[in-house]
Amino acid sequence: MHSYDYALILAFFALVLLPAPFLGRFYYRVMEGRRTWLTPVLGPVEKVCYRVAGVDPGTEQSWQKYTLALLAFNLAGFVLLFAILLLQQYLPLNPQQLPGQEWTQAFNTAVSFVTNTNWQSYSGEATLSYFSQMAGLTVQNFVSAATGLAVLVALCRGISRRSAQTLGNFWVDMTRATLYGLLPLCLVLALFLVWQGVPQTFAHYVNALTLQGADQVIPLGPAASQIAIKQLGTNGGGFFGVNSAHPFENPSAWSNLFEMASIILIPVALVFTFGHYVKDLRQSRAIIACMLALFLIGGGTALYAEYQPNPTLNSPLVEQTAPLEGKEVRFGTTGTVLWTETTTAASNGSVNGMHDSLNPLGGMVALVNMMVGEVIFGGVGAGLYGMLLNVLIAVFLAGLMIGRTPEYLGKKLQAKEVQLLVVTLLVMPVGVLVLGAIAAVLPSAVASVSNPGPHGFSQILYAFTSASANNGSAFAGLSANTPFYNLMLGLGMLIGRFGYILPVLALAGSLAMKKTAPIGQDSFPTHGPLFVALLTVTILLVGGLTFLPTLALGPIAEQLTLGF
Amino acid sequence: MATLLRPALSLMVLMTAITGVIYPLTVTGIAQLAFPQQANGSLVRDSAGQVLGSALIAQDFTGAGWFHPRPSAGAFATVSSAASNLAPSNPALATRVKDSAAQLVIADQGPVPLALLTTSGSGLDPHLPPEAIRYQLVRVAAARNLPVQTVEQLLQQHIEQPLVGPPVVNVLLLNQALAQLKN
Repeated sequence: MHSYDYALILAFFALVLLPAPFLGRFYYRVMEGRRTWLTPVLGPVEKVCYRVAGVDPGTEQSWQKYTLALLAFNLAGFVLLFAILLLQQYLPLNPQQLPGQEWTQAFNTAVSFVTNTNWQSYSGEATLSYFSQMAGLTVQNFVSAATGLAVLVALCRGISRRSAQTLGNFWVDMTRATLYGLLPLCLVLALFLVWQGVPQTFAHYVNALTLQGADQVIPLGPAASQIAIKQLGTNGGGFFGVNSAHPFENPSAWSNLFEMASIILIPVALVFTFGHYVKDLRQSRAIIACMLALFLIGGGTALYAEYQPNPTLNSPLVEQTAPLEGKEVRFGTTGTVLWTETTTAASNGSVNGMHDSLNPLGGMVALVNMMVGEVIFGGVGAGLYGMLLNVLIAVFLAGLMIGRTPEYLGKKLQAKEVQLLVVTLLVMPVGVLVLGAIAAVLPSAVASVSNPGPHGFSQILYAFTSASANNGSAFAGLSANTPFYNLMLGLGMLIGRFGYILPVLALAGSLAMKKTAPIGQDSFPTHGPLFVALLTVTILLVGGLTFLPTLALGPIAEQLTLGF
Repeated sequence: MATLLRPALSLMVLMTAITGVIYPLTVTGIAQLAFPQQANGSLVRDSAGQVLGSALIAQDFTGAGWFHPRPSAGAFATVSSAASNLAPSNPALATRVKDSAAQLVIADQGPVPLALLTTSGSGLDPHLPPEAIRYQLVRVAAARNLPVQTVEQLLQQHIEQPLVGPPVVNVLLLNQALAQLKN
């Protein structure tokens, strides 16, 4: 590693950890309807939204009504996006005259963007019009992240309120999250990205005559505005097919740094938002400590793995350095590995190098980050509500060990809550192991695999892990644009999204109704190093151990056959 | 039902208008005023104004007189570009790398830099590390009847060293400068 590699790592952590507490407090104020410095500009827009929608921002909803509103809004978004993708040839802003998507692909794409997954079985520059990208995908990039944030604050209210019947108002939470939480940051990041070289235009593709006299088509489009929300909303769906490896999506080492920091900034800030809700920032620091520990273990392992030269390339004619297949020169090994660690930890499916070509252990770190349920910072809102489920499981386990009724922040965890927790524990195993096993035994599905040996199995495993964890990255050699994968991965994404959201909202409703017991001398403290260790171990054992056999068949077997 | 339908549909339409139309139009407006060169694809033109390509998109160079970029898994196609997605354990990767090393190797210059033997993630990587350019220096200078020092000097002017990333050389811009040198 060189000095610029250390500078990158330092700058990354500084850009994320320094602003996060302030941003977290800002989110708390926004979501609770307090006045902020943006209110004079966005307040009137917000009011118009409520008036047109017939929403009274003062009326709160029970957890059932909150859930129904969320489902109705997501369904409306799905139908609209599905229609846009099918019918884009009849819609405006299609200078390349691209036809509509085939229906299973349109289904997959629409589910993918509504669930904040952004798995892509298409290449944007070859298949989607500017209108589809902008009015279709960009919109879901915003509102799917806002939906995640809404679910999180509903859970925060459930934990912090006493004997309450309501969790807030979904329409209000979604609107505020979009307008105040996402739009202003996106505007700033989008302009920074244009400055660095990301195109932002409605002009058609440019025909160039190269220095050696060949024809070259330069694809363009309103890319920067979409890439800003793609990163800040932990979405990850590329404007161009090769995603953030494309020089138009990520033109320089600086754009790489700022996009990486943007991916994880809001998830980190939201941990502080939680601390403001429960009026105890020590809880936030404990959760951040656990997330950081898991992040550093994964990142350190992946860095070590990716700096090992590939032994199969051993030859006196070939320079023996860290592998470069599938990587961009301007990011180097550190810039690619840190990106991989960040995006797979944060449920952001963008890639700036091809994960299929990573060394086996590097690819395994990406898999494990997703398999534990995207809780190492995780997606906007989704990461922390997933993490809070793990916190409750850890509290429950601690309660079993000391033989007391488990209690978190004064709320007793009883049979109903534990049942809901167990339901969420089944989401990843069903999505990855059940759906993945079906793919692994169907010859037509196995035919999509592009690499021989254990790595071929890893490609299928990665696809279903990514879909169920709502990540969206891929071992992209897998030919995923087949009706089977489009439909099955679409199903995996739905299970992975709503398999968490529904129990989380039910849990929030149930917790809100409980009284809050005073935290006494003999309550198990959830802010000290002991709890951080217990939480970390819980995540690795409960979340990770389920998948160990599949990892042994895929990346571990590949690592052993390569002979590092 | 109606209590759900009205807010769901109207907020979906409003969010589409705000985040899908007004927001990208605002970014486009400001970007076209503040950064027109980048916003329109960082196009590189010749003295007559003809578009030669984009500074950010690699183009293929063949022949001894040009610096060659990294190989491209998608043969430098731009719509859409592609990566090899070869696993490190795939024998096809080792075969391809060793075959091209045998073709590219220059006597007394040591092993071929890995960047010249591996395809990038985008298939359009516009850069090379300075060492990978230096490896080709003698060949290019000889083919163009230029003193090696002149080409080395040109290379030095084209090395970019960001604080937070590895040093890189833009192959298209370097080749363009090389072509102008001849005139």
